Amino acid sequence: MSTQDPVAAFRVEAGELLDLIEHGLLDLDHRLDDRALIDEVFRGLHTLKGSGAMFGFDALANFTHHCETAFDRVRKGLAPATQELVAVILSARDHMRALIEGDGTGLESTGAVILEQLQAAIDAAGGEASAPAASAAPTAQPKQVACGGWRLFFRLPADAMANGTNPLMLLDELRELGECKIVARTDTVPPLAELVPTECHIGWDVELRGDISREDIDDVFIFVMDDMELTVEPLSDEGAEAAPEIAEEMPVVEAPATAQDGPANRAGANPSGNPSAKPAGESVRVPAERLDELMDRVGELVIVQSRLSQLASGQGSAVGNELALRSISEEIERLAGELRDTMMVLRMVPVASLFSRFRRLVHDLARETGKTIELSTEGETTEVDKTMIERLADPMVHLIRNACDHGLETPEDRLAAGKPAAGQVRLSAHQAGGEVLITIRDDGRGIDRARVRAKAETQGLIQPGQQVSDHDLLQMIFHPGFSTAAQVTNLSGRGVGMDVVKRTIESLRGAIDITSAPGEGSTVVLRIPLTLAIIDGLLVRVGEGRYVIPLGAVEECLELSLEEDLRSRGRSFITLRDRLVPFLRLREIFDTGTRPDPHQKIVVIATGTERVGLVVDQIIGSHQTVIKSMSPLHRDVATFAGATILGDGGVALILDVAQLVMLGQNQEERLRAAG
Amino acid sequence: MTASILTVDDSPSLRMAIRIALTGAGYDVTEAGDGVEGLAAAGAKRFDLIITDLNMPNMDGLTMIRELRKAPEQAGVPIIFLTTESDDAMKQQAKAAGATGWLVKPFVPEQLIKVSRKVLGR
Amino acid sequence: MSAQPTATQWDAEGNLEVLTFNLGAETFALEATLVREILDLLPETRVPGAAPLLGSVVNFRGKIIPIADLRLAFAMPAAEATVDSRIVVIETQVETDAGGETFQIGIRTDKVHEVATLQRAASEEPPAVGMRWRRDFVRELVRRQDGVVVLPDLAAIFHSLVGGTDAASQPSTVH
Repeated sequence: MSTQDPVAAFRVEAGELLDLIEHGLLDLDHRLDDRALIDEVFRGLHTLKGSGAMFGFDALANFTHHCETAFDRVRKGLAPATQELVAVILSARDHMRALIEGDGTGLESTGAVILEQLQAAIDAAGGEASAPAASAAPTAQPKQVACGGWRLFFRLPADAMANGTNPLMLLDELRELGECKIVARTDTVPPLAELVPTECHIGWDVELRGDISREDIDDVFIFVMDDMELTVEPLSDEGAEAAPEIAEEMPVVEAPATAQDGPANRAGANPSGNPSAKPAGESVRVPAERLDELMDRVGELVIVQSRLSQLASGQGSAVGNELALRSISEEIERLAGELRDTMMVLRMVPVASLFSRFRRLVHDLARETGKTIELSTEGETTEVDKTMIERLADPMVHLIRNACDHGLETPEDRLAAGKPAAGQVRLSAHQAGGEVLITIRDDGRGIDRARVRAKAETQGLIQPGQQVSDHDLLQMIFHPGFSTAAQVTNLSGRGVGMDVVKRTIESLRGAIDITSAPGEGSTVVLRIPLTLAIIDGLLVRVGEGRYVIPLGAVEECLELSLEEDLRSRGRSFITLRDRLVPFLRLREIFDTGTRPDPHQKIVVIATGTERVGLVVDQIIGSHQTVIKSMSPLHRDVATFAGATILGDGGVALILDVAQLVMLGQNQEERLRAAG
Repeated sequence: MTASILTVDDSPSLRMAIRIALTGAGYDVTEAGDGVEGLAAAGAKRFDLIITDLNMPNMDGLTMIRELRKAPEQAGVPIIFLTTESDDAMKQQAKAAGATGWLVKPFVPEQLIKVSRKVLGR
Repeated sequence: MSAQPTATQWDAEGNLEVLTFNLGAETFALEATLVREILDLLPETRVPGAAPLLGSVVNFRGKIIPIADLRLAFAMPAAEATVDSRIVVIETQVETDAGGETFQIGIRTDKVHEVATLQRAASEEPPAVGMRWRRDFVRELVRRQDGVVVLPDLAAIFHSLVGGTDAASQPSTVH
């Protein structure tokens, strides 16, 4: 994150403010008289306006000003908060986002429409019309210049000094304007016994000579002007020649910097003058202690590095050097690991930032569908890689849309079915090993098997009358072009199907699963890895190839003796703590054409509660795996989630755990079916 | 000695802009995100100038100014408040609370520096 | 879904700069602009389950790129590497469901020749019948003094592997 670009910082901040405003409004929608919420929304609007104006977002500042004014009235109790007002400000908030993201053009008409709605909402609420006035430019005042100079007297209010005004500085400022003759008036200084030392009792007579305007003098006293005693008159001896009032054409000595200045001048951070043209850099907010941790590691690294240099400069015995080198190598290995972990943690953000986006979505969906929908969330503190959050947003929008639009019934239907009128959508997140499970659950009507079946038959995915397990039937909805909505509503069916959702999740090395009980609702579970970039892996050998198994999925490693292997032939199950675990011979799956190693191992991997054993020839060891994606040409090879480069420059493929578990489960089902 | 300035604002971008302007002018700048943090910072060290926003969460600028002025060790420390309201009532309230002066947002860095020089004298 | 035949981008004078190379006894040519690098053979890693035509990957400067054995697309038997074998790394585009994607791929060749200029006047479309190869895999045949140069349609060949229904060799999936 750039630490020197306030405009970029403002964009980030504005995003957060908009979120804050949105949440405040959504809460306010239910609790219209909550003072704290009203204050919060007001403050958000206020800061957005103020900072926006600072950084040249004039359209934003002007537009937000009207919303702020409306909310200020609510805050001051002059007008009630209404749902109409909340709805208008919500749409205004979207417009603000557009103003921040866009280049500020072509949005005027949208803005005008919203302001009209705003006015209507205010009027409806019974507040007096406070017509949004165009921001009035300060009217130019005629300048008064006394060419000779001024005679002035001033006396400060008693508390001025305690409040930070230093009369000496005022006198210095006057001296900077021109030649000064200053005489202190001490007539009001009280007797010592009554003297309060923090109060100012002295007044000053000043004769100020030079080509000085009255405004220059007022500028000196600007902060104390209202409360002080001040008399100013042109110096009488030259007053006759001085034109007391000269119109504004007079050249101005010092241009007063006012709000009229163009955006290019503001904040000095953006000489190009068009902040909108610059896209916001991606940034992550990092707690300071995490940075400290990173700093510590870097510090240690520097120390080890100097030890290494010392060693390289070649003193000491060969044996001693070798030992030293080994210890340095171990040290660096440890540090690299820790640096990596710390780095990864820096990229982690709580899913709360993802979940909170959907409140608005559900609010809007409820309005559009006429359903009552309650959104609840759980496990928002679960952390996920920042990139992952971004890429999960779209698929989740789609899934939540589906839940609200297809899943949940209308209030009437729900009541008729003996359910509460309000439908529930529940988002939850929790971490399980190296994965995060995100669940989207609704308590709607569930997936209609008959319709899925009919559609699948029409599309030729299954034969009429073909036996399909319930699980497999549900998977049909992930086929391209599959949509069960009898009528394509405004909300769903926008050409993005569940197949796209599935592909997106899989491209994140994740998996999607759906379960559904008729009449009770549907649950979609997304399993996604914690991070996209690096994982701890277990490096194994199968035949002549080397493969990486994500360590997070590894439960345990067992020996598979030759006898056991022979005994289990055809059955491919092992007993693990009283449970039958299916296992896959990777040698066979990968068609290596090699003979099994006499000391084969079984690596038991798991996702959730499902386990499968992978038979490998050798376990080489753990491996820090930087994940590289496979070529798009290899996307159809489902068994691998990616590849990595080994220390010798060779390539090892990374096994896709979810796929293999599924393969194992399928094998189990087939064997069960076969008896 | 370099004058040290405490800036209190809940807007990180504004704090950044202020910091850039003031450090560029040779001042030492300490930042605080709201009135509570501002009070804590001012309690830990006497600053030569405090620049504060008025509208902030947790503790607003007015309350912070009042609290600061209650403390004898803060007597005479200039406090400038930032305001977007051109409304005089707010200005009067802040003045009554003990503020030294104000700066109307939006402002350019030169104005900020000018105001700081004005009340600091350096 | 079938790929549109790729049009050859002859220049205004009807010329085309190509890199020519051998697969078995045949001479092939690819637009010189596609070629990124010519490498000695690298240690390849087999990708179980991938189409034989794209059966392995290599580490090309930290990127994992597939190695294509075009022999298989042109019905030639696989051959052992020789001292002349090279990998020609090209960058090309393929249409997938997700839109056009640019990617690098290494083409295993038996021998790489020079960059040459082909002439449109000497070019003809592949015959509709009587060819040993899949017609859609060949864009054009260009006559030269020393024989015919084949301009393969890489897009069609690779497209047949990514979601194309008319796959040259069905990707073997794991069961």
